[in-house]
Amino acid sequence: MKVHVRIKRFNPEKDRRPYWADYEVPTDPFDRVLDVLHYIKWNLDGTLALRRSCAHGICGSDAMLINGRNRLACKVLVKDLGPRITVEPLRGLPVIKDLVVDMEPFFSKYRQVMPWLVNDEPPPVRERLQSPEERARIDDTTKCILCAVCTTACPIFWGNGEFLGPAALVAAHRFIFDSRDRAAPERLAILAERSGAFKCRTVFNCTDACPQGIEITKAIQDLKRAIVLSRT
Amino acid sequence: MPVHQYDAVIVGAGGAGLFAALELGRQRDLRVAVLSKLYPTRSHTGAAQGGIGAALGNEEEDHWEWHMFDTVKGGDYLVDQDAAEILAREAIETIYDLEHYGLPFDRTPDGRIAQRRFGGHTHHFGQGPVRRACHAADRTGHMILQTLYQQCLRNDVHFFNEFQVVDLLLEDGVVAGVVAWELLTGELHVFHSRAVMFATGGWGKIFKVTSNAHTLTGDGAAICWRRGIPLEDMEFYQFHPTGIYRLGILMSEAARGEGAILRNRNGERFMERYSPTLLDLAPRDIIARAMITEIREGRGIDGKDYLHLDFTHLPRQVLDEKLPEITSFARTYLGVDPAREPVPVQPTAHYAMGGIPTDVWGRVIRDEQNTPVPGLYAAGECACVSVHGANRLGTNSLVDILVFGRRAGRDMARYLKEAERVPVSHNPDSDAREQLERLLSSAGGEKVGAIRDELATCMMEWCGIFRNGPDLQRMLDKIAELRDRYARITLDDRGRRFNQDLLEAWELGCLLDVAEATVRSALNRTESRGAHMREDYPKRDDAQWLKHTLLYRDGRFAYKPVTITRFLPQERKY
Repeated sequence: MKVHVRIKRFNPEKDRRPYWADYEVPTDPFDRVLDVLHYIKWNLDGTLALRRSCAHGICGSDAMLINGRNRLACKVLVKDLGPRITVEPLRGLPVIKDLVVDMEPFFSKYRQVMPWLVNDEPPPVRERLQSPEERARIDDTTKCILCAVCTTACPIFWGNGEFLGPAALVAAHRFIFDSRDRAAPERLAILAERSGAFKCRTVFNCTDACPQGIEITKAIQDLKRAIVLSRT
Repeated sequence: MPVHQYDAVIVGAGGAGLFAALELGRQRDLRVAVLSKLYPTRSHTGAAQGGIGAALGNEEEDHWEWHMFDTVKGGDYLVDQDAAEILAREAIETIYDLEHYGLPFDRTPDGRIAQRRFGGHTHHFGQGPVRRACHAADRTGHMILQTLYQQCLRNDVHFFNEFQVVDLLLEDGVVAGVVAWELLTGELHVFHSRAVMFATGGWGKIFKVTSNAHTLTGDGAAICWRRGIPLEDMEFYQFHPTGIYRLGILMSEAARGEGAILRNRNGERFMERYSPTLLDLAPRDIIARAMITEIREGRGIDGKDYLHLDFTHLPRQVLDEKLPEITSFARTYLGVDPAREPVPVQPTAHYAMGGIPTDVWGRVIRDEQNTPVPGLYAAGECACVSVHGANRLGTNSLVDILVFGRRAGRDMARYLKEAERVPVSHNPDSDAREQLERLLSSAGGEKVGAIRDELATCMMEWCGIFRNGPDLQRMLDKIAELRDRYARITLDDRGRRFNQDLLEAWELGCLLDVAEATVRSALNRTESRGAHMREDYPKRDDAQWLKHTLLYRDGRFAYKPVTITRFLPQERKY
């Protein structure tokens, strides 16, 4: 089946402003959108720029706006989109070229929440013990692949670049509720600032968009509750 | 041309590179840079699913000696046993290190790290399967990658993201640094450094159907080969039995570890005929050959070139809790619910056993006398220690990258205590610049994508699971033809900014190199061992071939003896 693909293109090296480019692509219903973009890149126009690596939804490289929604191009099939496919770069991050955006603002927010396990007690010879229930507490938020789909789907983030955004909050959650971690107070203090968890207005865009199915809004509510409790 | 000064430069940010970087980063006085062609969290370690083997004995009795034996036998006795002993022993402390760094392993009811069965891992030297694979659902590699990246951030490791390393600088045989191309600006940078480690992963993209990422194009191995370093045991390439039909996406061996069964068109559990003891948990080379044999004899599903992986007898809870990722892959890409219907699978190109030759400290060696190249290191899939011999066991890739990434990091720290900085020559980037300019200016009308496709399709056909002399010769001729066409490519994109057209063209040069090394080594080895199956030489030949291949880029072969310490070669039956 032939599909019509519109891609929002922009190369600051030569274009004064972004423009729409149109392509006709022969596809199989089970093709991924990534396959469609590759077809264009490899057969129609080699100047098209997009990030991708694993092609099965685990590396998080190919987040983009597909038919108006933030998705991973390797996790959406043509059969679920119909004959017209529109592809744009993620919103809220500066465009480098075509579908490639500058990820640095996103990762800098991630780094702000101390996304690493802190426990300076001397470790045992073997593993630290953790019950299956304690482990289950963080299962959902450990799934994050840092694709930026959630943060760039968040209207609060669009309006306020200072906001940490859902992905950084998910990372904070993953450590704050890890029974082995000891830095929850420092992290909660970071999240309690103006740009932190309370900026979230529970719009649920992040939860709807997450390709890993993480219940992000719920995790953020957990954090808000923990901040309030830590103050009493 | 920007020049950066570092004590150590690590090329690649998967498990091996990050573990080495972390070991170095913990030494406060060393400046360490990690150069990745991606963002570190995109590295392919993150795609590893099922588990990492270590004889912790948390679920049942286990010993590192059993793990070592399984590794040696799994590798069809081509494994260097001193290295396999280190692998099996240090796997244990490495797992505890990772746990202390925060890796969220699944747990047993008493709070210890949970373990499960995996192919080829046995108790009492082959008596039956053992629970040895430590796991975090079927996202084990993802958790490893995240945990190591996080700890690197904590320890001030410098990351250069989307920097493609294109050349290695050696001055009189001693490491002086690397040349890297910054994708964003198109600029070449020189990283002047006393030690360099390659941890660039594999090259599955030489094959049409592969579990590997698009970015796995053998860059590190090709760069070293071009600089006079031989490549070791390139003929041994692993096909994983269960890739999703046509897509190659992996259905983890953990699936069979949890009880899934391979069936042919008659619904028969055919592994009963090939491996009566281990059945569906036999090593990968044996299962992949059994599958191709079934297909060739007309027992593929509907007579086609795939078989079924059957989960339908398993409780839904097992799929949801222990195999959530692969369950979702089947749903997303095939529209198949594995709890209700079997998943179509075929063998998929998965892992290179061979690579840049190193000793047990990750030091790259340049000849059969094990002469090290001062300051040069390699670890992970791009390296060959050799702990996998002729066939790698499931979970041992993660064990290898972590154990030897960690050791390489530690040895680099030792080396850097004494090593002098070597001055770089006048125009260190001239070779790299010339390579890229040639690709940009060439105008013969050939297309990168077309050449790459033809390479991968022919490699699958002529240098895949079953091989023979005439096919391999045909493949060599094909590579020569493709090289000729490669010299006449035309790029669409001649700009500087984020020029992926140029990047893919440069990567294709690497693919052609590693494919050629693979085919030459395969043609040269006139026996069948592990993953290397020659239809014209179907038997293992220890008298002639119990030795490692070293192949130089000029076509010269050398051989290294296999180190045998505890286990004498025996016939390999499961």
